[in-house]
Amino acid sequence: MSGKIDIDNIAKLARLKLTDAESDRLGGHLEQIIDYIDQLNQLDTSNVEPTSHVLPIHNVFREDKAIKFADDVDYLAGSPAHNKGHYEVPKII
Amino acid sequence: MHSKTILQAKEDLQQKKYSAVELTEAIYQRIDSVEPKVQAFVHLTRDIALKQAQEADQKLAAGQNAPLLGIPIALKDLICTQGTRTTCSSQILDQFIAPYDATVTGRLKEAGAVIVGKTNMDEFAMGSSTENAWHHPTMNPWDLERVPGGSSGGSAAAVAAHECLAALGSDTGGSIRQPANFCGVTGLKPTYGRVSRFGLVAFASSLDQIGPMTKTVADSALLMNVIGGKDPRDSTSADVARPDFMKALERDVSGLKIGVPKEYFTSGIDPEVERSVQEGIKTLESLGMEKVEVSLPHLQYAVATYYIIACAEASTNLSRYDGVKYGYRSQKMDNLLDMYMNTREEGFGEEVKRRIMLGTFVLSSGYYDAYYLKGQKVRTLIKQDFENAFEQCDVIVAPNAPVTAFKLKERINDPLKMYLSDIYTISANLAGIPGISIPSGISKTDGMPVGLQLMSKHFDEESLIAVGHRFQQNTDHHLQQPLL
Repeated sequence: MSGKIDIDNIAKLARLKLTDAESDRLGGHLEQIIDYIDQLNQLDTSNVEPTSHVLPIHNVFREDKAIKFADDVDYLAGSPAHNKGHYEVPKII
Repeated sequence: MHSKTILQAKEDLQQKKYSAVELTEAIYQRIDSVEPKVQAFVHLTRDIALKQAQEADQKLAAGQNAPLLGIPIALKDLICTQGTRTTCSSQILDQFIAPYDATVTGRLKEAGAVIVGKTNMDEFAMGSSTENAWHHPTMNPWDLERVPGGSSGGSAAAVAAHECLAALGSDTGGSIRQPANFCGVTGLKPTYGRVSRFGLVAFASSLDQIGPMTKTVADSALLMNVIGGKDPRDSTSADVARPDFMKALERDVSGLKIGVPKEYFTSGIDPEVERSVQEGIKTLESLGMEKVEVSLPHLQYAVATYYIIACAEASTNLSRYDGVKYGYRSQKMDNLLDMYMNTREEGFGEEVKRRIMLGTFVLSSGYYDAYYLKGQKVRTLIKQDFENAFEQCDVIVAPNAPVTAFKLKERINDPLKMYLSDIYTISANLAGIPGISIPSGISKTDGMPVGLQLMSKHFDEESLIAVGHRFQQNTDHHLQQPLL
């Protein structure tokens, strides 16, 4: 099953700039792990429903009433760069 | 003082044998003496802890009471604590200070607990040895050349080394039970939805649960009374009434049926682990429980299923770390995309990247049905295995891990081998059921602790507490301590 993974494309989708050495090493590991995962194909699951969540999930409704979350929380304080109440990032356009 | 259980210390504080400040100081003296060897903590919160202890003493003097008044507790460093760092043992969050407390942190504080510090872990809880940690690894207090397990290895080691009276960990695939087992302490993974995940840094949202790591089952019951229950801020926290878990300590367990799944005792299990677990099962029988054989036929597929689902969820959860809103930002950038990619490349460790890559792959176009959907279907089969088994028994008894704590660096370069060390714990997370790890003895081969895993139906932690407590009342395995 080797060669299944286009490591450069997956890294791009994952927004990771891998070094060449890392790309080789992770690629090898991923091939090995995917080979292991492929044992699931031994199971016939054509009539099995998928489980995304173990308990019944319901919509959670409440009155549409504003509640103060917390006092004096500065959500920008943890940002690596911010200015006048906004997050700062490199120029986009 | 540092060797007390929570329940012992509570009584001592009430009887004024020592004050909360004295207890907290004794804990920090212990930390000062053993921490250079064990390295269980990422950072300590000494000043805050002493203030909390002083407040506890004032309340004690005024005759007030609260479930954890003056009790020193450590938190795994992925549980948010307002005003102090929450790093997840990652470079990308190294300087992150949470703007609010996790629900469990808030509940501990309301209950009067003293927070001594934040414990080490595998980065973003991804690992089974606490070696994937950006700051430093943690050593097993029983043998400093061995790992404490993971990912809650810091919490397990801190409890075993008496650097706190108890700790909280989190368990996505065994991250409470396996390190508890490796370090000879008690660790409880509650039912999915029993404990709020609000303020828990997310790894795999359909699997993660916070739970107690303690010296005894009775202490875990007390902590569950504090942290358990519905939270409006976590929509997946279950709307199920929280029982008084302390009452389960008094429950009669004779006549309960204990199911032993034959698949857990096949190839790959260390003979000493098997011996200890079988002896544990005999002890349970001698206490009036009836042993029945059960089958969990899809056990061998659990690790593969888990790595599809956990990594898929992780790859989406960790997309938020991009250097914009919080955490680390790379200085190397020509444009916005560059900043994202360099920040993530520099900020994440190798195991985290590996899992993000695997998760991205199984969710990617063309592979979604073959991997992610397939994983979700096998998850259904694993869940059904437990439903069938619980028609024949009340509690399942099994080992926690096929081996005792392994040596540092022994598995770190073989990811698949590392993943397989979680084979016995992973399926409880996939099924969402609760599980507890309790010490069952010491391996005669390497002198390391072995544990027993008990699992029960959704929201039946009480059976685990009842059986585990009865076991500890009749054995002394949980009283064994490492020589540090």
